[in-house]
Amino acid sequence: MKFFTVSPSPHVHGRDSIQSLMFGVILALMPALAVSIYFFGPGAIIVTAIAVGSCLFFEYTIQKYLLKVTPTINDGSAIVTGLLLAFNVPSNLPVWIIIVGSLVAIGVGKMTFGGLGNNPFNPALVGRVFMLISFPVAMTSWPVPKGFQTSYADAVTGATPLGVIKEGLGNGSTVPQLMDQIPSHMQLFMGEMGGSMGEIAGFALILGLIFMLYKKIITWHIPGSILITVLVFTGILWLANPEKYPDPLFELLTGGILLGAIFMATDYVTSPMTIKGMWIFGIGIGVITVLIRAFGSYPEGVSFAILIMNAFVPIINKYVKPKRFGEEVSHG
Amino acid sequence: MLLKTFAKGGIHPPEHKISSGKEIEKLPVPETVTIPVSQHIGAPSKVLVKRGDSVKTGQLIAESTGFVSANTHSSVTGTVVKIDSVTDTSGYRRPAVVVKTEDDQWVDGVDLSPELKKDFELNKDKIIQKILGAGIVGLGGATFPSHVKLSVPKGKKAEYLILNGVECEPYLTADHSLMLEKGEEILTGARILMKALEVDKCIIGIENNKPDAIAHLSNLSAGDDHISIQALKVKYPQGGEKQLVKALLDRSVPSGGLPIDVGVVVFNVGSVFAVYEAVQKNKPLIERVVTVTGKSVSKPSNLRVRIGTPVSALIDAAGGLPEDTGKVVSGGPMMGKALNSLDTPVMKGSSGLLIIPEKESRRDAVRACIRCTKCVSVCPMGLEPYLLMTEVQKEKYEMAEQDRVMDCIECGSCSYICPSNRPLLDYIRLGKVTVGKIIRSRK
Repeated sequence: MKFFTVSPSPHVHGRDSIQSLMFGVILALMPALAVSIYFFGPGAIIVTAIAVGSCLFFEYTIQKYLLKVTPTINDGSAIVTGLLLAFNVPSNLPVWIIIVGSLVAIGVGKMTFGGLGNNPFNPALVGRVFMLISFPVAMTSWPVPKGFQTSYADAVTGATPLGVIKEGLGNGSTVPQLMDQIPSHMQLFMGEMGGSMGEIAGFALILGLIFMLYKKIITWHIPGSILITVLVFTGILWLANPEKYPDPLFELLTGGILLGAIFMATDYVTSPMTIKGMWIFGIGIGVITVLIRAFGSYPEGVSFAILIMNAFVPIINKYVKPKRFGEEVSHG
Repeated sequence: MLLKTFAKGGIHPPEHKISSGKEIEKLPVPETVTIPVSQHIGAPSKVLVKRGDSVKTGQLIAESTGFVSANTHSSVTGTVVKIDSVTDTSGYRRPAVVVKTEDDQWVDGVDLSPELKKDFELNKDKIIQKILGAGIVGLGGATFPSHVKLSVPKGKKAEYLILNGVECEPYLTADHSLMLEKGEEILTGARILMKALEVDKCIIGIENNKPDAIAHLSNLSAGDDHISIQALKVKYPQGGEKQLVKALLDRSVPSGGLPIDVGVVVFNVGSVFAVYEAVQKNKPLIERVVTVTGKSVSKPSNLRVRIGTPVSALIDAAGGLPEDTGKVVSGGPMMGKALNSLDTPVMKGSSGLLIIPEKESRRDAVRACIRCTKCVSVCPMGLEPYLLMTEVQKEKYEMAEQDRVMDCIECGSCSYICPSNRPLLDYIRLGKVTVGKIIRSRK
């Protein structure tokens, strides 16, 4: 007598798995990694390898020896966290700081809450902000992009474009004067500037976005709402006072806005579940980012903005429901 | 041309319509048939025969016991050997009449000639009487008694008759082959139903992966201003009543409501063919077309089968049970029921028999929810499957009710898309059972 498997419908499953989605994100990050290696040389490779390696190591160790569960590092999420952590730090960051950052990202940011799916805050950003506050000097000395001549151990460092603006404005200069010290918009778009490893090349990040949209890994709503909000908000400031506020395109291409909007804010676990919720989330991130940049003491604020909005996600999910069938009523 | 479809959610699983284009073959009458007497939604019908009785093909063997109930007829000629409870395609044990067959002999008055009979003169009430008498239920799978749909409640008015030729389930081609071979009969059935409903507009919705059926029915209905054929974009679950009404007319059936609430009555094309046979040929519903299919099936087929035939006979006709069979499903892969035995009889609602190989018959390991939002975005009812599952797991039934668990049409799109293989629909079904009890206890 042959026995059949009996289970409730559906009896087929789509091809998506956590691995396939995470692998897609990893692929989407590759153009930006390539640009980073092109501009920052060996440092970019070292920082990435250390961050990914230690994230995997900590996730495996914590799951196996502390939580005593079957490790799930093969799902690829720790690799994504490691890559994003590396993308958010300078390419000359000392190895031990990266390891500490990875421990905080995986250990505090992810595992204390119960692992993948349960963490309220983006783990890579938890690690990044921890490092930024604890090691402010190391985290804000940006190697000058000189390709493979950029040494890892003692790189020549310089300010980021946003840093130049913030400091210059503090010294009484105006934005148009300061623009002379800053690469052209085209150079910014191609990634030729100081900054965190993965945030520099706009075109590479946008390539990643297109890939993820094409593969239906994410929808356009979160990156779209953030970028639109930043453009509108900085546009208003720029029109009001171009001496004091840089143009919106400059704001988009510098700092971590593209990296944040495309890869950090779209983290599944820490972003809202509905389209309307995504808009609220994205607009919030855009507004807070611009507020920090324009009026705060940090030159850059995307990480903080995303973490703050992460905290609102549960409440957004509770009150913002999808449109039910029949609510878009039209009785012919 | 931009094809019509429903607005919200939906998926597009691989179609695998491998039995498409296969002519409908008549399966020989088996040695014994097991006819469940409750093959419809509603009150079970009352058995009229006893052990040892002789029955003829088409003879009433169990009668309707209420308004929402249906007649059951013998699908063969022979002797009743027992009245027993058997596990039917629903998975529950229910009473059934087992008949040992002899030479096929129909009851009097049934027109068995193959001629097409297009003209009819019956009035509305007579038509409904015929349909009630013939035991016709929705053959798309829901098995809702057809005469109930035709009895439009007071205060409501039907404007449109919609024929469901969508067949959005992967693999299944029974309705497709019926539309190709019995087009005139289906159109005549539609005219009969339009008369019964007193409507003058009929739309036949067919997904665009059946261009031959669209062309065929369009040709046949050319010149009839009252019937139109509408091609639809391929999207699951477009065959769901609410989704189909939305796609064709942009009307939304309200939560907990029926299509008649927005002036529409929906019939599956298979049911419409049964209506034709009942009204024009006086033939009760005792057979239907069943697709037998699957990746390893050697001869995928569309078979005309007597109700009560064991599924093993269908599988033999399709080349035998493949070596690597892991699961046998009655219906399509998205909403069908897995069977535990090949003795299970074909019922009025059996649209297909799908043989799934061993390696595809088990689910992958469940992982944590990563809140990717895919279940929310594919839900055609605008629900939050991830949340409903958690609420049911934690027995928060009031919250599940508020989050509209009862609106779920159980299409399975959420479980299909979930990258963590979470059994979303399993828990939602459990929730619907408990929430349904809570709602009924309030009354």
